[in-house]
Amino acid sequence: MTLKQALVHGLWEDLPPFRLVLGLCPALAVTSSAENGLGMGLAATFVLVFSNMFISVLRKVIPDKVRIGSFIVVIATLVVLVEMIMKAYFFPLSQQLGIFIPLIVVNCIILGRAEAFASRNPVLLSMADGLSVGIGFTISLAVLGSIREILGAGTWFGWQVFGASFEPFEFMVKAPGAFICLGIILGLMNAYSRMRGETFIQT
Amino acid sequence: MELLYLAIGAIFVNNILLAQYLGNCPFCGVSKRLSTSVGMGVAVIFVCTLSSIFTWLVYHYILNPYDMEFIQTLAFILIIASLVQFVEIFMKKQSKGLYNALGIYLPLITTNCAVMGIALLNIKHEFNFFEMLIFSIASASGFALAIILFAGLRERLMISPVPRAMQGTAIALVTAGVMSLAFLGFRGMVQ
Repeated sequence: MTLKQALVHGLWEDLPPFRLVLGLCPALAVTSSAENGLGMGLAATFVLVFSNMFISVLRKVIPDKVRIGSFIVVIATLVVLVEMIMKAYFFPLSQQLGIFIPLIVVNCIILGRAEAFASRNPVLLSMADGLSVGIGFTISLAVLGSIREILGAGTWFGWQVFGASFEPFEFMVKAPGAFICLGIILGLMNAYSRMRGETFIQT
Repeated sequence: MELLYLAIGAIFVNNILLAQYLGNCPFCGVSKRLSTSVGMGVAVIFVCTLSSIFTWLVYHYILNPYDMEFIQTLAFILIIASLVQFVEIFMKKQSKGLYNALGIYLPLITTNCAVMGIALLNIKHEFNFFEMLIFSIASASGFALAIILFAGLRERLMISPVPRAMQGTAIALVTAGVMSLAFLGFRGMVQ
């Protein structure tokens, strides 16, 4: 894979969580508003870029048998960092995201990229991969959050979108709305891919 | 009575999968057949109870007294990962039958957010030991209940005429949404 490919594949080909069906928990849980989705995406991107970097640097040193454990230690250390930074500078957001910040540790996207990409590729390429998948994830979460917030609360990033007569579609910001919204977007993306003649990735 | 309310609340009202969105990757990944989802559910109940006990003890007797709460995330994931590894080795040695039934699910559980999530929620809600024990078992049972019910639905979906674009994960997520809607009906059962 070339550097250019690594930089763009996360934006459509392997776009999480739609094409790469991983990391569903944060995608469902924190997207009740656009701001939360964006914040979560950026936090995950930070962890993804640096975990890919460290794991790629250490890929020749880490013994094969304990690699998953070693990856988890690297990722967990970065997540602790993110937790502290968010508590210090973005306190309201960190209160909103709650336990989903520490849960970045068990986000399958990060471990998945470490295992599938960073443990086999040079440093720069791995960082590019982390950046592209991370940005793809951020965009997906922000879009999903926007749809749910606009329909469910009538606001976008806290701004009023509709007039006062708009009755919020409260179902969208609750748990069932998250599942159904994600499912329908997935279906639309599949329909679009089929039109363009691409193959399905998820099973 | 308090403990009973806590248990019912954790299983039905705040179902870990359908109301708190934890553990969705295995929920979509291993729910294609009823038998595998039963295996996954039992394995989660087992690991979740053990890991909750250990993480709770470590938090209250090591991290909290020495003011090291900031390292909680790192400590918890290491406890869960090593516990899963240990259980796997122990099972392989002691009980071949159990290992054959649950063995393949164990590595998957390390990255199951439900296990880590319950460990974190135990601390967040400031439970005492018994509350923690009931809450973990009940939440994990809620996970097992949801994944087994969902597998039943998915087996039916296999033979249903689903639009081409919605096949696979897309229809599964919509089905999960409908199930989550049904579980919303339990709200108000327990305060």
